[in-house]
Amino acid sequence: MAFESESHAKAYWKENLSLMLKLLIVWFVVSYGFGIILVDVLNEITFFGFKLGFWFAQQGSILTFIVLIFIYVRGMAALDNKYNVHED
Amino acid sequence: MDIQTLTFIIVGLTFALYIGIAIWSRAGSTNDFYVASGGVNPVMNGMATAADWMSAASFISMAGIVAFAGYDGSVYLMGWTGGYVLLAMCLAPYLRKFGKFTVPDFIGDRYYSQTARTIAVICAILICFTYIAGQMRGVGVVFSRFLEVDIATGVIIGAIIVFFYTVLGGMKGITYTQVAQYIVLMFAYIVPAVFLSLMMTGHVLPQTGFGATIADGVPGSGQFLLERLDGLSTELGFAEYTEGVRSKIDVFFITAALMVGTAGLPHVIVRFFTVPKVRDARRSAFWALTFISVVYLTAPTIASFAKVNIFNTINGPDLQGVEYDNAPSWIKNWEKTGLITWEDNNNDGKMFYSGDERNEMTIDRDIMVLANPEIGELPAWVVALVAAGGVAAALSTSAGLLLVISTSVSHDLLKRNLAPNITDKQELLYARIAAATAIVISVYFGIYPPGFVAQVVAFAFGLAAASFFPAIIMGVFHKRMNSTGAIAGMVVGILFTFSYIVYFKFVAPELNTQENWLFGISPEGIGTLGMIINFVVAVVVHKFTGDAPEEIQELVESIRYPKGSGEAKSH
Repeated sequence: MAFESESHAKAYWKENLSLMLKLLIVWFVVSYGFGIILVDVLNEITFFGFKLGFWFAQQGSILTFIVLIFIYVRGMAALDNKYNVHED
Repeated sequence: MDIQTLTFIIVGLTFALYIGIAIWSRAGSTNDFYVASGGVNPVMNGMATAADWMSAASFISMAGIVAFAGYDGSVYLMGWTGGYVLLAMCLAPYLRKFGKFTVPDFIGDRYYSQTARTIAVICAILICFTYIAGQMRGVGVVFSRFLEVDIATGVIIGAIIVFFYTVLGGMKGITYTQVAQYIVLMFAYIVPAVFLSLMMTGHVLPQTGFGATIADGVPGSGQFLLERLDGLSTELGFAEYTEGVRSKIDVFFITAALMVGTAGLPHVIVRFFTVPKVRDARRSAFWALTFISVVYLTAPTIASFAKVNIFNTINGPDLQGVEYDNAPSWIKNWEKTGLITWEDNNNDGKMFYSGDERNEMTIDRDIMVLANPEIGELPAWVVALVAAGGVAAALSTSAGLLLVISTSVSHDLLKRNLAPNITDKQELLYARIAAATAIVISVYFGIYPPGFVAQVVAFAFGLAAASFFPAIIMGVFHKRMNSTGAIAGMVVGILFTFSYIVYFKFVAPELNTQENWLFGISPEGIGTLGMIINFVVAVVVHKFTGDAPEEIQELVESIRYPKGSGEAKSH
């Protein structure tokens, strides 16, 4: 057992899942929500030459994905340090 | 210098570069083949992953599909990038901590079952075969155009080169070759996009040019590009470019199948086993997506520029059609490959391209990216560069897939399963036979494709989504899941998905319309339903068959945190 105690192991996993779920909610809302389900509503809004829903489907969602993974990498590194389960 | 000579020179130079790097980096390292990449930093590994990942489908076909499908093409853009979010958060770090090399190894050990391992191997082979068939088509398109031969000959030439490329080595594992390939294919993709954007809108960045107004001197100047594209599309009897025609549920399911499939593809997952640490597996996923996005954010811009250009050059600025005798040279060049055809239905000597009965043109979507520099009248070296990029994309991915197929057959299936007593020499022989068989089958599908490159490839994702993804997710997040449940889920999931696709694509293609689809889901999107079925079957069967043994549950606990990850162990 790499953790100091059973409760630490549980808490680490809980925090991990909570970070993951939050980010996956954003992932879902931006791609499936803005890009697909709500696309017609958002297409009523235009900025520059883009219909907003179309922009989310072809540009915005991809940019969001990059940011999400970035936050995850940072968040998990901090979590590993907090519970002292990082490598070396 | 003419285009063909330039193409030979540039493609030849890039080949020399890859082989040179491969020899140089191999000579410098005596380490084991796989562990050699263990010392690579996450940025480099991300770049290599991107090259491995971006195949002929991404490079050649995707922008073409988006150009012809408009909004509907977004499924590929979101699907093939969104999967990396799942990969980074739900799979890569845990599989890295687990520390084996192949997906069947994980499934076999986690579900403590030889049967599970065998099923995983069969799924892996099936997925890779489907995937590589799409690659061969792409390679064929490239060679047929630049050697001016028909598509069948192009596929065969491509296949021979891929075969030698794979036999040349285990070189595939050498990350730096793929870094070079990424750089070549990225430049090949971006340069024409920048030229086109400048020409059409005056913007250097294609991503802003995409939403800008059309420049002076181009038909429709002053209008927003996308607005013009919507207008032209409806006027010519196509669906509005930014709206699309697929049903919402179908778009949803296809996107999900591609995302989940990405996270379940064996040759992608394998890349995350070879980094030194769990933290690096996460970082690699970040860098891989960043490098992939450079291309994926550009693809939809190329698509829209190309579509406007096609309308302009074929139908003319006044939409009356252009005289065939005055047709631009790209049309005549591509006619030789049979990928563009013109039939003068109304005998007026003019070409006309439309989505209704006035149409006289047949344009294969796979030519868009390759033809783009010619359509935009860009310098000859750009045309040659694009050819080199297409070859790099198709070759690196095909070689990687062939390697997975041959190791699956020779190692996972024979050595670890059916015939544990074979010698190394025999194992190698079987690996070569497997690679050769794979090539022959993929040549057949390359010549007689059941769809366009990106579509063929899309099936591989459906199969991966319906088989591996649930098994791996439950393997990590549901520690009590047992072998019976997981096996039942995989079998039902892949059988369902495979039968649905085969039925609509091969058995009864005439029924392949929305009315006949289950819940209106096309064969491209059915993998998502297959995945849901897999989860449900596994959970239900688990309810009746008891929990996984204690030691397996402890194993699952131990892969949930990074500490103590050693180097990936040989299998």
